[in-house]
Amino acid sequence: MQLTSPESLIFWTTLIFVIFFILLRKFAWKPILGAVKSREDSINTALQSAEAARREMQDLTATNERILQEARMERDAMLKEAREMREKMIADSKADAVAEGARMIEQAKTAINAEKNAAMSELKAQVSTLSLEIAEKLLKTELSNKDSQKQLVEKMLGDVTLN
Amino acid sequence: MSKKSLQFLLAAFVACLPLVGFANTQVDSTVVTTEAVAEPHVDGAHVKEPFNVSELINSHIADSHDFHVADWNGHPISFALPIILWTNSGLEIFSSEQFHHDNTGEHVVSVNGQEFVRNNEIIFYKDKYDTLTAEQKKDGAFEFDARPLNFSITKNVFSMFMSAILMFFLFFAVARSYKKNPNAPKGIAGFLEPLITFVRDDIARPNIGEKQYAKYMPYLLTIFFFIWINNLIGLIPFFPFSSNLTGNIYFTFVLAFITFIVTTLSGNKDYWGHIFNTPGVPVWLAPIMIPVEVIGMLTKPFALMIRLFANITAGHIIILSLISLIFIFETVAVSPISGAFVLFMSVLEMLVAALQAYVFTLLSALFIGQAVAEHDHH
Repeated sequence: MQLTSPESLIFWTTLIFVIFFILLRKFAWKPILGAVKSREDSINTALQSAEAARREMQDLTATNERILQEARMERDAMLKEAREMREKMIADSKADAVAEGARMIEQAKTAINAEKNAAMSELKAQVSTLSLEIAEKLLKTELSNKDSQKQLVEKMLGDVTLN
Repeated sequence: MSKKSLQFLLAAFVACLPLVGFANTQVDSTVVTTEAVAEPHVDGAHVKEPFNVSELINSHIADSHDFHVADWNGHPISFALPIILWTNSGLEIFSSEQFHHDNTGEHVVSVNGQEFVRNNEIIFYKDKYDTLTAEQKKDGAFEFDARPLNFSITKNVFSMFMSAILMFFLFFAVARSYKKNPNAPKGIAGFLEPLITFVRDDIARPNIGEKQYAKYMPYLLTIFFFIWINNLIGLIPFFPFSSNLTGNIYFTFVLAFITFIVTTLSGNKDYWGHIFNTPGVPVWLAPIMIPVEVIGMLTKPFALMIRLFANITAGHIIILSLISLIFIFETVAVSPISGAFVLFMSVLEMLVAALQAYVFTLLSALFIGQAVAEHDHH
């Protein structure tokens, strides 16, 4: 191999490399590495926040689901209560109606009894009156002649003799 | 076209294999003497020119003072670069044009009363050059007495400047695009950001640790992209690219040395404790352990230096050798085969370019990680 003057290339390589390195470090590597780093960081942050948002979304969905479930349960409970109330009301009113009916029937019965009794007593009075009138009239007619009066007394006496 | 012709090409290549082997052994030992130009040159200067493969490859992978663009009519066309010399009497700056492509030490350049010659891309003082032996003249890189200190903007330095400016604007644009666009990256930033995050998430974080990695990110990113881009620039075979910067051992030495310094300066108590008082090792072994550990400190960056240098240089040598086959065989018929192999190797080298940048960065991160690691289990 052919060797040339060593000092030339060693001197220039050292000089150029050192200056080149200092310039590149200041004007290229620092900004480039900084930009790459900050972009990586921002990508990482974005990914993390996306993950967080996803998780939050999941939580939100779960909460929504839960609320919906609760609402559904509440609705069901309310419907059930309403149904029960309705049934209770119906049952109550039925019972009321039955009681009222019974009471009215009772009243009616009492009234009817009272009326019947009144009517009976009136009927009795009328029957007695009528009977008295009829008896009076009959007696008047019977006792209009002496024979018939005598006969009757005899007959009556005949009925009661052996007592 | 397609399957049949591909099979034919493969068969032809396999048939040529023994010849290639033969040619290679020849190249290794001697110079293949062939006619570079089929017809004698008009002025008769280039009648016969030996084609020397190792010289061609060496000159392509080595650094040089001119940026060779092309040859035209046997004359090289070069992009002249400044030559900066620290001589015995001060700084001298002149254009490499003044050497008139001479690399044999014959053409003398006079600048401000001093005379210089250039041999094999080493610039000497003319008077001292004449006293050197032929061997010293040929390989004079370390003949510091005979030559001025050379701080020239060579081909590799030029290429490094270019790549640094290019990369600076590239990454500056990326940084600016982040300021303007806070959304997902697009355009050039979209292309480079995965690489940046790759260095961060697959190199720095696992090897240095979550607590400390951020401090070393600028260094790791800089070496990763610096090596990668310069590897790629070296693969582009035309001006103003094609320099073999990352395959130059001086360059890899500097990078490995910087990693060594960073590692050493980051070393915490545990790191030095492992070197000078390895836990669990008896004290009387310290005279052996300490030198071994200190050598270990040095071999790690040394391996970094050699690995990058050898991988990139080997790739360049293979590609150049494959192209040289055409000139060794002196026939255009070889060109489809050698072209196909060059294409294959070039694609492979693109992979190697990225891989070696990755390996260098990874091992640097690993060494730093070892230096800053906290061993609380001892």
